[in-house]
Amino acid sequence: MLSRTADSLYWTGRYMERADFLARILEAAIRLAALPAKDQATVTAWAGAIASSGVKSAFDASGRTPSEKSVREYLAFGADNSTSIKACITRARTNARSVRTALTIELWEAINGAWNGLNELGEPTKRDDFTSYLDFVKSTSLAVEGASSRTMLRNDAYWFLRLGMAIERADNTARLLDVKYHLLLPPGERVGGQLDYFQWTTLLREVSALTAYRWVYRESVRPWLVADLLVLNRQMPRSLASCQGMIVSYLEKLAADYGRRGPAQRLASSRLTQFNEARIEDIFQAGLHEYIQNFLNENNALAGAIHEQYLV
Amino acid sequence: MRIRIDHSTRYGYARPARFIVQMLRLTPRSCESQQVGDWRIETDVDARLRRSEDAFGNIVHSLYTERPTDSLTIRVMGEVSTVDTGGVIRGQSERLSPLVFLRDTALTRADAAILDFAQAIGQGDPLDRMHRLMGALHRDVAFEVGSTSATHTAAEAFAQRRGVCQDHAQIFISAAHRLGVPARYVSGHLNRSDGQHDQDAAHAWAEAWIEGLGWVGFDPANGICPTDQYVRVAVGLDALGATPIRGTSYGGGQESLTVALHVRPVQQSQQQLQSRGWG
Amino acid sequence: MTKAFDEMNGGGSGSIRDSYKTLAAWLQNAPPDLLQARSRQAELFFRRMGVTFAVYGDEESNERLIPFDVVPRIIGADEWSGLEAGLKQRVSAINAFLKDIYGPQECIKAGVVPADLILTNPHYRPEMQGRRPPGDVWCHIAGVDLVRTGEDGFYVLEDNVRTPSGVSYMLENREMMMRLFPDLFAEHSVRPVEIYTDMLLRSLQASAPDGAGEDPTIVVLTPGPFNSAYYEHSFLADKLGVELVEGGDLFVNDDTVFMRTTEGPKRVDVIYRRIDDDFIDPLTFMPNSAVGVPGLMSAYHAGRVTLANAVGTGVADDKAVYTYMPQIIRFFTGEDAILQNVPTWRCREPEALKEVLGKLDQLVVKEVGGSGGYGMLVGPAATKAEIEAFRAKLIADPDDFIAQPTLSLSTAPTLNGGDLSPRHVDLRPFVLSSPAGVRVAPGGLTRVALKEGSLVVNSSQGGGTKDTWVLDN
Repeated sequence: MLSRTADSLYWTGRYMERADFLARILEAAIRLAALPAKDQATVTAWAGAIASSGVKSAFDASGRTPSEKSVREYLAFGADNSTSIKACITRARTNARSVRTALTIELWEAINGAWNGLNELGEPTKRDDFTSYLDFVKSTSLAVEGASSRTMLRNDAYWFLRLGMAIERADNTARLLDVKYHLLLPPGERVGGQLDYFQWTTLLREVSALTAYRWVYRESVRPWLVADLLVLNRQMPRSLASCQGMIVSYLEKLAADYGRRGPAQRLASSRLTQFNEARIEDIFQAGLHEYIQNFLNENNALAGAIHEQYLV
Repeated sequence: MRIRIDHSTRYGYARPARFIVQMLRLTPRSCESQQVGDWRIETDVDARLRRSEDAFGNIVHSLYTERPTDSLTIRVMGEVSTVDTGGVIRGQSERLSPLVFLRDTALTRADAAILDFAQAIGQGDPLDRMHRLMGALHRDVAFEVGSTSATHTAAEAFAQRRGVCQDHAQIFISAAHRLGVPARYVSGHLNRSDGQHDQDAAHAWAEAWIEGLGWVGFDPANGICPTDQYVRVAVGLDALGATPIRGTSYGGGQESLTVALHVRPVQQSQQQLQSRGWG
Repeated sequence: MTKAFDEMNGGGSGSIRDSYKTLAAWLQNAPPDLLQARSRQAELFFRRMGVTFAVYGDEESNERLIPFDVVPRIIGADEWSGLEAGLKQRVSAINAFLKDIYGPQECIKAGVVPADLILTNPHYRPEMQGRRPPGDVWCHIAGVDLVRTGEDGFYVLEDNVRTPSGVSYMLENREMMMRLFPDLFAEHSVRPVEIYTDMLLRSLQASAPDGAGEDPTIVVLTPGPFNSAYYEHSFLADKLGVELVEGGDLFVNDDTVFMRTTEGPKRVDVIYRRIDDDFIDPLTFMPNSAVGVPGLMSAYHAGRVTLANAVGTGVADDKAVYTYMPQIIRFFTGEDAILQNVPTWRCREPEALKEVLGKLDQLVVKEVGGSGGYGMLVGPAATKAEIEAFRAKLIADPDDFIAQPTLSLSTAPTLNGGDLSPRHVDLRPFVLSSPAGVRVAPGGLTRVALKEGSLVVNSSQGGGTKDTWVLDN
């Protein structure tokens, strides 16, 4: 397969995943902000959404201050935000279009449909309309995932698309965890406090895992269990361990198809081994922040290795 | 006379270039007015060089680097024995009909001003007219380093009546075409009479096809026909076609260019010393 | 103007031409609104595909839907064998001509074509002088534009030997017709055009350079998704089962072309390129081309890669060189041209210029270097002022112009609302050349001027397309 084709598939996967992630962040923020709380808490909810999206410095530099209006606008369709939902879907489509013949009709129609639908919805400002907008974005990522899973041959095209999704998902979950752990604990508020409870449930909502949490742990929300769910739990599809497992399996499929393992495979599987041996207590002991930072760096290094090995 | 040339071109890249491809037109061919001996191309990084000949009769080397690098120096060195033929080129096989050299390119296409200038040359036999054209250009277009860039067209340079040897040559070609005379661009080297052996750039001039004589050189920047001080390296329809190095890098980003050029006569007494110096 | 020759009704004697008899009877018995219903169906299908068209091209999906007429244009077996022989002869002569021009130039020495017309022609490439492309084939793919004025009056309008397009419509139109009118196909014995992609693949394989091995790697090289013909590029790559590459996917190392793949560099042997000469190698031609492959010409000159078509073929379909085609054919084949040229005045010749200036209002005058209808005067349709303005241009630079009579193009029955009306058509068959021989796909792209009386078949000016049936026996 042409390296350019693989690159476009990989980025189609990444951008679709990121659009979905942003929609979930916004949805959770709307929910958090709607809770009966002081004004400060509302602002915190929107500032948190910006931080979770990893665009804080760009947002601040744009001269905006966090409010429902500014954050919704910026993350969903800010013309000056190159990774807004709209920008992500547009880029996913541009990438997909350039490799149209490597996609099934169903997958193309799902991606193109997402882009067309988004254009039709415009830039809604009313909260109801905006919520429908987010619902639409989430439904498109399901449609894309469903179309790829149901119609694509299990060959390198599919693995690169999935690989992009998994790398992006790992990055998003890690960033979310890190931001929540650090930025959202107000001074003086101890871990386990009332506000904290909302923050952690919000986090679970952002990754669609609140119900899952209850099924797995059958107890009230506690930060270390939230961390356990999102870092180590292999049943949880957005946990770092699950993402890493997916990354490894797709890279191994590629290695098998091409009959050659390389730096990307070696890097990815050595990380997976670390997950298998890790316990959440030890991670907390050593510092969750350091752990997450390390994960993010390694995830970036892995993305770089994939790029070098396959995409140029 | 014998002229020794040492010509280094260094490319520096903002980021390490994964791979570099270049077409080199740096190697002169022998003809009646020049005998090329001991000519070498060296690169400071491992690279493959494939030698071929283009349709214009130039010796071309395709250069391909073998590993990533953040700079590349191409150095050509050698010695050429020259005789003065009054600018007339003989003993060189030509694959292309002179008519091909009536073709205008984006760089040599005449505008109304060049057309007027050409027509003002007046009637006469072609050789005479080309001499007058060279004289008029030498007189009317000032030689001024830095007044133009490599992408300036003949018309643009003529409009400002300033330029470097490249511009003089291209305006000459442009005007000669308007007078129905085939003309082409020559890149090469000049052993300067003022003893300035270290030069900033290679030289360029033009050749016109004169029925009965063949190709005849005209150097409008200096207002003379080439003598035994000149070494022809490559010819083309315009400066682009005779460019010493055309290339591209993959992943190197912004590139910087440094040229070091030494052109000097080889004296019998100095020969020993010189060859040791370059050894 | 006299009534044009009609593909179904002939010259007006009232009897239906043989090749159309079955269709005419079928049309007679068809329920009144059947054609309209099928036409709407076709539009629906195409609109759905039209989305696909837009996908590949720009966002203006509707503009890129070229109207499709459901009434086929039918060519009888005998008619076709004449055309086929003429096309093979012509394209063979063009290949011989190119080989000669870039080689010994015998045809110039013999005075068949004037030296300056060739050597100063913008489409002549001095870089190719003395070169021989793999297998000595220059024009691998030609799309020759034909028009008809009478029963035996086929004329070549243009040779199109650079990067002719339109073959995807030929194939898509057939697919559509087989879906819409299976019963009609059952009553006719229509030769398949679907074999075109197979013919093309074999032809490209046969043109591979020495050392490419049994299974040469072929690619289609496109300028990219923003090119107006991108749909066709990706369509062809898909049908051929080869990679669709952009310049950035290829690189040249050690005078060999490679493409970047996820499994490392892979050697490329044959490039079906849909990029013009000027843009193909920034180290040889336009230095600022971003769509080409740096160093490609080195690999080409080294005989390590085939470019289809070869670099420099444009000199053969230049409008001025076109006028010499009957002599070129005679010189290289020893035969008279089977297909006629449209009689043409070369304005560079003083006698011809005088004649042309005398009847500008009756002629079509074309700029030699122009294409796509630019720089053209259609005398009968022009105003006095336009004619006078053109007269001045013509006198100032006669070398740049040729003139032709306005031809009365044949018409073919075309759906017009609920009725069938005669509309002017042309025909672009596709001719493939390789060391294994010259072949013509049995069919072509029929373009139709949908406006009554219009002679302009270009899609940009309200032209549509039809499926073209070549009958067996």
